[in-house]
Amino acid sequence: MQSRKLLLALGSSLGLIFASSVAAQTTLLNVSYDPTREFYSEFNAAFAKQWKAKSGESLSVKQSHGGSAKQARAVIDGLEADVVTLALAYDIDAIHENGGLLPKDWQKRLPNNAAPYTSTIVFLVRKGNPKKIKDWNDLARAGVEVITPNPKTSGGARWNYLAAWAYSLAQPGGSATTARSFTKSVYDNVKVLDTGARGSTTTFVERGIGDVLIAWENEALLAIKELGPDKLEVVVPSLSILAEPPVAIVDKVVDKRGTRKVAQAYLEFLYTPEGQRLAGKHFYRPRDSKIASEFSKQFAPVKLVSIDTVFGGWQKAQKEHFADGGVFDQIAVRK
Amino acid sequence: MSVVNIVGTLERSPAIFETRAATSEPAWAKWSLIAVSIAFFSLFLLLPLVVVFVEAFAKGWSLYKDAVTEADAWSAIKLTLIAAAISVPLNLVFGVAAAWAIAKFEFRGKQILLTLIDLPFSVSPVIAGLIYVLLFGAHGWFGPWLKENDLKIIFAVPGIVLATMFVTVPFVARELIPLMQAQGREEEEAAVVLGASGWRVFWSVTLPNVKWALLYGVILTNARAMGEFGAVSVVSGHIRGQTNTLPLHIEILYNEYQFTAAFAVASLLAMLALVTLGAKSLIEWRQKSVLKELQS
Repeated sequence: MQSRKLLLALGSSLGLIFASSVAAQTTLLNVSYDPTREFYSEFNAAFAKQWKAKSGESLSVKQSHGGSAKQARAVIDGLEADVVTLALAYDIDAIHENGGLLPKDWQKRLPNNAAPYTSTIVFLVRKGNPKKIKDWNDLARAGVEVITPNPKTSGGARWNYLAAWAYSLAQPGGSATTARSFTKSVYDNVKVLDTGARGSTTTFVERGIGDVLIAWENEALLAIKELGPDKLEVVVPSLSILAEPPVAIVDKVVDKRGTRKVAQAYLEFLYTPEGQRLAGKHFYRPRDSKIASEFSKQFAPVKLVSIDTVFGGWQKAQKEHFADGGVFDQIAVRK
Repeated sequence: MSVVNIVGTLERSPAIFETRAATSEPAWAKWSLIAVSIAFFSLFLLLPLVVVFVEAFAKGWSLYKDAVTEADAWSAIKLTLIAAAISVPLNLVFGVAAAWAIAKFEFRGKQILLTLIDLPFSVSPVIAGLIYVLLFGAHGWFGPWLKENDLKIIFAVPGIVLATMFVTVPFVARELIPLMQAQGREEEEAAVVLGASGWRVFWSVTLPNVKWALLYGVILTNARAMGEFGAVSVVSGHIRGQTNTLPLHIEILYNEYQFTAAFAVASLLAMLALVTLGAKSLIEWRQKSVLKELQS
C-alpha cells in the first residue's frame, strides 16, 4: 500500500512540473551574455510596460546570462531562446551554422549591423593606478598581472584580444609578426582566465587578484558604480576596438512558440529613444547620436577601429585567431 | 565514506568503550594534537559557516527577508524542493532494491552493478551534466525525437531532476550495502523457512533491520540533491525564475554585486546543512541506544 501512495505522490509532483511549464502569460526568453544583466532587467520591465499599453497583453521576459559562446552553445543544444543578444556576431553566426535556427543574413534584418548599442574595451585598475598603466604597451611589461577572460568561451575576451592586436598593428612598424609577439607578451602576464567577463571582474575586484582588468567599458563603469570610485579607476587606452554586440530573433523558436511579433517589437524597442537611453544609463554607447550626446560625460573619446577594417570581419578573425590550433592557442602555450 | 564505516561498525560489533586511557603518550602530545585539530576545524569549517551568517545579516533583517522572499529566490527554492522531492524517493527505492540484491543474493555481474552504483562518485558533475546534453540536446541522440514530440528535457525541469538523480544515486545504496552484508541472511532465511513470502520478508525483516541506516542515506541524498551545483549548472540554461536552483541563484546574486542577498540565500543552504547534521547525530544517537538496549 505504501508503494502505491508513493507512486501517487510522484505522479502528482510530476503533474505539477508539467502544469507549471504551461504558463498563462506570454513569455519571451532573452539569452544574453554576461555584462548585460543589469541593463536587460531594467529594459525588460520598460518593454513589458510598453507592450501592455500597446497590445493589452501581459508579458514576462526571462533572462539567461553567461559567457557569450557558452550561451550560443546552449541555444544550439536546445535552450529555447526567442531572442539572443550576444557579445559578437560570430556567436550568432554559429547558431545559424549549427542547426539553422536563424537565417544567414540575420545581421541585415535590423539597423546598424543589428547592434543597437556599442561598447569598447578599456582597462580597470586599482585606485591611484599604482602600476602606472596608461596604454596597451604597459600590459606587456614584466611584473604587471593582467586579468581577462578566456577567448574560447567569452565574447568580451575575444574583443580584448583583438583590441590588443589592433593596437600593436597600429604602432609604427607594426605588422602581423610584431602584433603576435606583443599579444603573446600580454597573455604571458595573464594570471587567471575565467570563462566569462563577469567572472573576471569578480576575480579582479572581489578576490583582489591582478593589477589590471581588460574589460568592457560598460562592465568597468558598472564595477565602479557598484563598488565605489574610491577603489578603482578606468584607464582609456590610446586606441581600442569598436565592439558591436548584436541582437537577433531565433526564427525556429519564435515560429514554434508563436512569439515572432512580440520578439520583433522587443528588439525594435532597443532602437527607440527610451531603449537607447536605458542602454546609455547602463554604460553602453547608444547608436542614436542625439541620445549619445546626453551621455557624453560618461564616455571618454577614444580612437576606435572596427573589426571589419582591421581583421576582415568576425568569420575571418575567428578562424585565424580563436579556432582550435589558431593563433591564440599557439601563443597561449605556456613555456 | 568514513561515515558509512562508523555506522557499519556500530551495528556490527556493539563495542564497549573503554573508560581507561588507551594511550600512554604524555599529556602535552595529546593536547597539542587536539589543539591542532580544533584550530584546523575552526579555520576551515566553523569560520566560513560563521561568515555566511554574518554576511547574510550584514545589512539587517529586512534586507535578508527581501533576499529570500524575492520572486526569483522563491522560484529557486521551489525548484530545488521539486528536484529533491522527485530524486530522493526514486533514489530511495532504487537504493534499497540495489542494496538488497547486492547484499542478500549472489548473481553474475554483481561487481559490475556495484561499480555502476559508484560511478557518480567518480565522475565529475560537469561530465554528468554533459552526458544529458549529449543525450537530450537538440543535436543529441534523442534530440530530434524529443523535438518532434515537443518534449523538453534539458534546459527545463526534467533535466535538472535527471542530473540531480544521477549525482545522488550512490548514497542510499552505499549506506545500506555494508550494513546488510554484515547482518547476513540468517534472519531472512528463517523467515522464508517459516513460510513468509518475499515481500513479507522484506517488509518485516529486512527493512526494520536497516531503517536507521536507510534514513541516514536519505538525509545525505537530500543534502546533496539540494546542494548540487556542477551537473545542474550544465543542464539548467540559467533562465531566471524558471530553471535556477538555489546554488545557481546564489552564484547569480554574487556575480551581480548583490553580496548580502547572495549570502542570505546561501544561509538557507547552510541551515539545511545544519539540520542535516542535527538529524544525523540524532539518528546515530538512536542507533546507539538501540544497541545498548540489545546489550542489557
